[in-house]
Amino acid sequence: MYGNDFTAPEEHSRATRVADPDEPASFTAVLAEDGRVEPRDEMPEGYRKTLVRQIAQHAHSEIIGMQPEGNWISRAPSLRRKAILMAKVQDEAGHGLYLYAAAETLGADRADLLDMLHDGRQKYSSIFNYPTLTWADVGAIGWLVDGAAIVNQVPLCRCSYGPYARAMVRVCKEESFHQRQGFEILHTLSHGTAAQKAMAQDAVNRYWWPSLMMFGPPDDDSPNSARSMGWGIKRFSNDDLRQRFVDMTVPQAEALGLTLPDPEIRWNEERGHYDFGEVDFTELFEVIKGNGPCNEERMAHKVAAHENGAWVREAASAYAAKRSARAEGAA
Amino acid sequence: MNDWPLWEVFVRSRRGLSHVHAGSLHAPDAELALRNARDLYTRRQEGVSIWVVRSAEIEASTPDERDSFFDPAADKIYRHPTFYDVPEGVQHL
Repeated sequence: MYGNDFTAPEEHSRATRVADPDEPASFTAVLAEDGRVEPRDEMPEGYRKTLVRQIAQHAHSEIIGMQPEGNWISRAPSLRRKAILMAKVQDEAGHGLYLYAAAETLGADRADLLDMLHDGRQKYSSIFNYPTLTWADVGAIGWLVDGAAIVNQVPLCRCSYGPYARAMVRVCKEESFHQRQGFEILHTLSHGTAAQKAMAQDAVNRYWWPSLMMFGPPDDDSPNSARSMGWGIKRFSNDDLRQRFVDMTVPQAEALGLTLPDPEIRWNEERGHYDFGEVDFTELFEVIKGNGPCNEERMAHKVAAHENGAWVREAASAYAAKRSARAEGAA
Repeated sequence: MNDWPLWEVFVRSRRGLSHVHAGSLHAPDAELALRNARDLYTRRQEGVSIWVVRSAEIEASTPDERDSFFDPAADKIYRHPTFYDVPEGVQHL
């Protein structure tokens, strides 16, 4: 999920470099023919840094994203739902690991990336700073949040950096199960009792706008975008992807028998797209800066899990060292 | 975790095909590398066999030398069957 790379406006780096005059010729040639850059190729430092930041943020999002859904594993309404949810949360861990591995091909160290997450130097997707208050939220996350993530991630399968693109192919294959299971949860609730339907509607009402925010700021307020598009990291602008998501989702909401909390949504014959209301990006930037409803809880849980797991990592290392010492002794 | 080495994972998707690079992971030893690889790269029956190799053990050609390294093959087009003219009408050649 969640391959976005943006920050609140005042955190934008000053350098919005469009082209590097010192760019290696081999790099220029690869991009010119829409080829793939591979780990040991020469590449501009800015390209490498941008990728490490984006891939790390993407990885962190997968890992933090386990929390809101993990919250409902013990309370899933049936064994079937519980088994599915556990498989989904396990997939998110897997996605995080594919991505950390991709970042490491650029010379980053996973332990450093985790440190940067834990001390706040690197971010994760804003969407996970919202709480999962009801079971229906698990459905809304699968349908809307994973749906938005798919729109974001499908173009990343053609990203110019080979290892990132390959990780995305794998992630996208697995993601469609996530979206469908969310849709199914909401469909079941929506066709259940009046109270169940109201619960589904409430979840959609709360997750709709934050899902639109996942695509990042509008194009004219997204200085990193143009550079990433020039490098072939990003293929479509934030606003284009957001529009694509809205166009895809409105008819699905109708099929669910649920409404989207935006009175301005209507089909625009002339544009061939759905019009929709204005997204409140001040909320997005507040959440990114740490002022969302669950920022502190998410980070506290992540850091505690990391620290409480230290003894397991140490024990495994000690065991491996002992066995390799014994093997050397025997040889 | 800092000292857990990196392993490259190769997966044979089904019998009759060769192992293909799937990605990498960290693990303290080969046994756990295999188990982690199973959980990470074959959650949907993507494989019937897994190899793990310590990344540090892999020797790779360098991209800088790509041209000179692979040059010797470039001017030997006579290694390809299409190099040869076959008289019209000749079959099974």
